[in-house]
Amino acid sequence: MSVNEATTNLTRDDFKTNQDVRWCPGCGDYAILAQVQKVFPELGIPRENFAIVSGIGCSSRFPYYMNTYGFHTIHGRAPAVASGLKLSRPELSVWVVTGDGDALSIGGNHLIHCLRRNVDLKILLFNNQIYGLTKGQYSPTSEFGKMTKSTPFGSVDEPFHPLSLALGSNASFVARSADREPKHLTDVLHRAAQHKGSAFVEVYQNCNIFNDGAFDHVTDKKSKSDVQLVLEHGKPLIFGSNNSKGIVFDGFSPRVVNVADVGIENIAVHDEMAPLSYHMALSNMVWPESPVPMGVLRAITRPAYDSLVNEQISSTIAKRGRGKISELLRTGDTWTVPPR
Amino acid sequence: MQLTGSQFTSTTALVGNDLATLPDFPAEIRAPAGTLAGVSGFQVQFGSSEIFTPGDRPDVLVAMNPAALKKELGDLARGATIIINSDAFDARSIEKAGFVGDPLEDGTLESFRVFKVPLTTMTHRSLEATSLSKKDKDRSKNFFALGLMYWLYGRPLEHSLRWIERKFAKTPEYAESNSLALKAGYNFGVTTEIFTSNYTVPEASIEPGLYRQITGNQATAFGFIAAAELSGLDLFLGSYPITPASDILHELSRYKHFGVRTFQAEDEIAAIGAALGAAFGGHIGLTTTSGPGVCLKSEAINLAIMVELPLVVANIQRGGPSTGLPTKTEQADLLQALYGRNGESPIPIIAAATPSDCFFAAIEAVRIAVKYMTPVFFLSDGYIANGAEPWKLPEDKDLPTISARFRTEAEGFFPYLRDPATLARPWVRPGTPGLEHRIGGLEKAEKSGNVSYDSFNHEKMVRLRADKIAGIASDIPDAELHGDESGDILLIGWGGTFGALRAATKSMRQAGVKISHLHLRHLNPLPKNVATVIRSFGKICVAELNLGQLLKIIRSEFLVDAIGINKVQGQPFRVSELVERISAILNQDTVGE
Ligand code: SF4
Repeated sequence: MSVNEATTNLTRDDFKTNQDVRWCPGCGDYAILAQVQKVFPELGIPRENFAIVSGIGCSSRFPYYMNTYGFHTIHGRAPAVASGLKLSRPELSVWVVTGDGDALSIGGNHLIHCLRRNVDLKILLFNNQIYGLTKGQYSPTSEFGKMTKSTPFGSVDEPFHPLSLALGSNASFVARSADREPKHLTDVLHRAAQHKGSAFVEVYQNCNIFNDGAFDHVTDKKSKSDVQLVLEHGKPLIFGSNNSKGIVFDGFSPRVVNVADVGIENIAVHDEMAPLSYHMALSNMVWPESPVPMGVLRAITRPAYDSLVNEQISSTIAKRGRGKISELLRTGDTWTVPPR
Repeated sequence: MQLTGSQFTSTTALVGNDLATLPDFPAEIRAPAGTLAGVSGFQVQFGSSEIFTPGDRPDVLVAMNPAALKKELGDLARGATIIINSDAFDARSIEKAGFVGDPLEDGTLESFRVFKVPLTTMTHRSLEATSLSKKDKDRSKNFFALGLMYWLYGRPLEHSLRWIERKFAKTPEYAESNSLALKAGYNFGVTTEIFTSNYTVPEASIEPGLYRQITGNQATAFGFIAAAELSGLDLFLGSYPITPASDILHELSRYKHFGVRTFQAEDEIAAIGAALGAAFGGHIGLTTTSGPGVCLKSEAINLAIMVELPLVVANIQRGGPSTGLPTKTEQADLLQALYGRNGESPIPIIAAATPSDCFFAAIEAVRIAVKYMTPVFFLSDGYIANGAEPWKLPEDKDLPTISARFRTEAEGFFPYLRDPATLARPWVRPGTPGLEHRIGGLEKAEKSGNVSYDSFNHEKMVRLRADKIAGIASDIPDAELHGDESGDILLIGWGGTFGALRAATKSMRQAGVKISHLHLRHLNPLPKNVATVIRSFGKICVAELNLGQLLKIIRSEFLVDAIGINKVQGQPFRVSELVERISAILNQDTVGE
């Protein structure tokens, strides 16, 4: 069954399992789970056609809490396992749930190659900027100078910008949302589900045990309008209370201006299909120098790897007929030894 | 050199001789020419009787340069014929090869029959009419040499001429020069009088039937395609290029119309990860590699053991440890296959004995994987992977059946509910309504498959996984014993040493020694008859290309004082060295008593 064809009467409850959810009370993962359980029944996909593949880490427990097919694999390797599943079963809707350590440290290689190939997977990266399951070491997205158990003097490595890494891999769909923005997250998940090809979604996720408040500046009700640059295709890049601030580009560099000073017509307009350099400029915008872009940065059309692979199979079978081993063995140079 | 070697081989097979080959080439793609390290060789033994090995000591050597002569000289039989490209024996090349004096003049070759042929000059002369550059003409000299060998052994040129036409279809100038050189070499043999005679090797008395020539890697690829067809499922290969396994990836990527999906992954881990993902999806999951790749895959193999999905890991062994000897053969990954993972992680192991046996071993690996829902190791090695032999093609009826069954009934379903006979859990394809379930690397509760940290459940599951693999012993044939059922000495081997061990046993039996040969194809679990066989012989020796890995297993499993015959030189056993060492063991025994 194709993704769009079936109308299903599924509800959120159909996607809950009988397993006790074992995340720490207050963990941002609960909110993300709730939104995914809300979105899945709305996608028109039969429940049995969902598969969720994860690696290792707090976020990677996710499959156990979703009543779909699920595979909790090994650290960093979920994109590889999910690629094999999708290649063998293109009709499935395959989701990868991963974290900043899982996807960007131990599994960095698989992530970039999966995005480069554009395998039709929906990849949700729960970014809490810390190692939670191993109890609080700094991660590849932790800020420079981060004090943790393994960096008592402060970390001296520069973090990754996950979205920049994805864009650098020529990902066809790149977006960001947050655990505490349920409405926004729901919309982004819908967009990701509809995208044909790799859809990469970074979800800011609060780890209230080891890195509490890492994204408070983004999600805090009072300040968020000044911090979030909510992206909408074809709309100007404006933010702040009363949308008074906007972004203009000096060459490749975004700059914050007062809309009143330059006029709304001079504010840059968001384009999900713009050249990569524009999306890269957005992905490199970091608080407090810049507001934080939220939403779909990039959505372009590019053939999905699994479709191309399966198309080679089906067209070759159509042309040559399904091969038979007994014939294959007898092709090329053979000779007969006659009975004596 | 490898091309001309395999041409000689296929023509020889076509005229009905039995044969075995040993390609031997450097790890570097363009190793410095003229040095010992750069020598690329191809050894073939053929004859009118059954041939088990490429031979110990060649009777004929074609040395294209001094380095090749230097490298092979020590191996030649006394009185052997050496055909030398005299054009290549200038002072500089002789020195580069490490000869002190000129071997053609200083008596080094005294005990051989030496024929000096100016191969390069003759090749150039035969190509005078063409407009090729000097360098391009040089390249054709191997075909000149091949033509000469065809004359010497009375082989027809047609097969190679057709092949040259196909191979160089896109560069007709090379097709022409190589054909000319091949014919010129043959005619050189006909017209010159430097060889006093040529040889006739009559057809071997081999079983009637339809034959083809096959290398181990090709047979491996065909075996997995056959296994997929027998199971009614599609084959999925996840692989990362590595010597000497890459040819299986190349071969399988050609067969899209067999429904074979090949995924050249970003690394060894992704290769097995994708294969396991495809197995979850209901395909025959396969990953092909060599020892260093297995190191990287071990975590994923353990995941496959834990989630109990069918998967085949093919290790085409090479010299180790680490990067080791990439193009040379060795059997030192047996214990890696058996034990190289964390935790109690039992896994079935199948080892192919000859190039063509790779076909059947691959099918057997898939049969066990699917029936018992387990990853399986398929072991081959560089020697049989690249070596070729004539193969009597099997009929469809000779192939086993593989019954792959997906569970679809939701009623009474549990992910870890086991089949009481095999202890296998059900295989459920995602997309099956009502059977949604989760699997993963955390310990599972018996039957329900839910995550469980319960200590007694863990022990129970560890034992169940072990029992499942041990139980396969009832489902595999007895190990084949060659020779009498009891005797003075039993020679045990496994994998690609089969030919040498069998030939050594045959020759010793002819000399009256009470020796039998037991060759193991199933290494885990071991066939049931091994214990009985071992008890029926005075001495047990285990010959393998490592420092004694099967030996350790035999000693610990059967509490027997087995003796190892071991070699780790990147080269297969010679029949003569086996005979020598087995005889020494027998004599030692007498002295000891
Ligand atoms: S450690 Fe942090 S990320 Fe992990 S479950 Fe607890 S709160 Fe969530």
